[in-house]
Amino acid sequence: MTELNYIQAITLAMEEEMNRDENVFVVGEDVGIKGGVFRATDDLYNKFGEDRVIDAPLAESAIVGVGVGAAMYGMRPIAEIQFADFIFPAVNQIISEAAKIRYRSNNDWNCPITIRAPFGGGISGALYHSQSVEAIFNSTPGLKVVVPSSPRDARGLLKAAIRDNDPVLFFEHKRAYRLLKEDVPTEEDEIIPIGKAAIKREGEDVTVITYGINVSITEKIATKLEKEGTTVHLLDLRTIYPLDQEAIIEAAKKTGKVLLITEDNKEGSIIGEVSAIIAEHCLFDLDAPVKRLAAPDVPAMPYAQPLEREFIVTEDKIEDEIKQLARF
Amino acid sequence: MKTVENEHVHLGLTDEDVLEMYKKMLLARKLDERMWLLNRAGKIPFVISCQGQEATQVGAAFALDREVDYIAPYYRDFGVVLSFGFTAKDIMLSAFAKEEDPNSGGRQMPGHFSSRKHRIITGSSPVTTQVPHAVGFALAAKMKKESFVTLTTLGEGSTNQGDFHEGLNFAGVHKLPIITLVENNKLAISVPYDKQVASETVAARAESYGMYGEKIDGTDPLQVFKVIKEARERAINGEGPSLIEAETVRLTAHSSDDNDAAYRTKEEKEADRKNDCMVKFADYLKSCGILTDSIEKNLVETIQHEINEATKYAENAPFAPVASLTDYVYEQ
Repeated sequence: MTELNYIQAITLAMEEEMNRDENVFVVGEDVGIKGGVFRATDDLYNKFGEDRVIDAPLAESAIVGVGVGAAMYGMRPIAEIQFADFIFPAVNQIISEAAKIRYRSNNDWNCPITIRAPFGGGISGALYHSQSVEAIFNSTPGLKVVVPSSPRDARGLLKAAIRDNDPVLFFEHKRAYRLLKEDVPTEEDEIIPIGKAAIKREGEDVTVITYGINVSITEKIATKLEKEGTTVHLLDLRTIYPLDQEAIIEAAKKTGKVLLITEDNKEGSIIGEVSAIIAEHCLFDLDAPVKRLAAPDVPAMPYAQPLEREFIVTEDKIEDEIKQLARF
Repeated sequence: MKTVENEHVHLGLTDEDVLEMYKKMLLARKLDERMWLLNRAGKIPFVISCQGQEATQVGAAFALDREVDYIAPYYRDFGVVLSFGFTAKDIMLSAFAKEEDPNSGGRQMPGHFSSRKHRIITGSSPVTTQVPHAVGFALAAKMKKESFVTLTTLGEGSTNQGDFHEGLNFAGVHKLPIITLVENNKLAISVPYDKQVASETVAARAESYGMYGEKIDGTDPLQVFKVIKEARERAINGEGPSLIEAETVRLTAHSSDDNDAAYRTKEEKEADRKNDCMVKFADYLKSCGILTDSIEKNLVETIQHEINEATKYAENAPFAPVASLTDYVYEQ
């Protein structure tokens, strides 16, 4: 076991995979000598050289598109998008290309690319360094979308993504990078399967289904509420596309009261789909309307701190919602 | 006899080679003509043509090493893929969207070429996305120290897309073994060159990407062969990528769903007919004594027979079973 923070776990996963397979390489903006603006590729340039840790020209569609080509050839590219907010120039390459390569070639070609991007707010990143962009990709069969909630998951899921034979989008909450620390079984080659949600906590009163940084925040609140007599059943989606339907249904049925949380805008977010799954499968097991806690439907979070705080899902808001549901 | 008589010999091509090139061009042309007939007869839903661009396509393909090189073609490239191993039957199976269609099992429209076996990289309909893919193959070649080049093709309208500039700049920065061939037929559906591209030539854009650029006559397969072969040598020798612009003509409407009468005059179309590469290359081969009227007649008969058989086969071939709709979204 080694105590790692979230970003160290990501760096370690890349280093381990690059050591294991010479076809794995990193391409992105400032990933080389600088080691990335968040330092996710710290020291990889020194360890693997400029041919495998490629400082790409500032052009996101090429970062992904060149990666898609290399992946079809048989390489294992890890394309880093510096901020998820800057992924949009590459969306054509992700949705029209990477996602459809296996299907459109009737299984003749495939595209084993991993696209990593820091996302999320609460760091004074304003409109264009804070967004949750995952919903854009959550109706695109052919893609897998992963959002780890802890250092251990980050390492195990990133290794799984790199080894996956299909394209994986890997979104890392930037507030988690240095906030979350835990013991990671670095002595093992731990692979955490993509497509499986995880029960983080068993409880009887309220089910919370969320992903990313809100998992650890909810855990903290659940510990506090347990002392007050309310127990929370917490499901971490981990892979947000395709969703682990079975785990969602089971978790919803467990308590009959479901709170869904995302940092994304409420309208059209991934939790809307989770809610639909529950509506289709769990109607007679529900004891309260499904609640969604999300950002208001404004374009993105502002720079000014009071406005940013108003936008974001906070501990207080989560605690209130859980309490209200418990009383329902 | 004309002084051009031995042009192909100077390029290291035998009489058999150039006759083979002509056969591929003719097969592409005749298949294309047949698909229009099938479309107008209501048998196939869609046609997109290569007519007028066969010389560029076959000239370029023959200049590559067709045993190792990769191609990322665009939708008009029947001449390219026929030179890379596709047959009349393959083309017809695609036209009829049948299960055996080697590109996609009937999932994609015609002209969306793909075959791992023939090193044809799968493509889509949003134009120019194939350029960064080809750059990725070239990057892999450099990383793995493999000796092959990747050729990608596109129309001149597509050279305005971000992926063209992003891809070529990446290739130029890393000096990658890639050839970008622009088949400039001077029309992007209905919009002419002067409303598409601000620079006098597409080839001029090469300078921005630190690569070799040249504009050539795309109705002459031998000139295309020569220039692509030189580009390939530079690529293999680590001298970086090339941007080649081949000026061609488009002898049909954009596709079977387009009526070009709305934006082209009869006079323009007649002028293009005079630049038909099939006629020009046949004249050259005849002037060299390689093609005679009787050889030509035999060739046409053989090709028509091949196309008849391919059409019959494809028309009678089964569609993919409906239960296969959900197959291969992910690895199975």
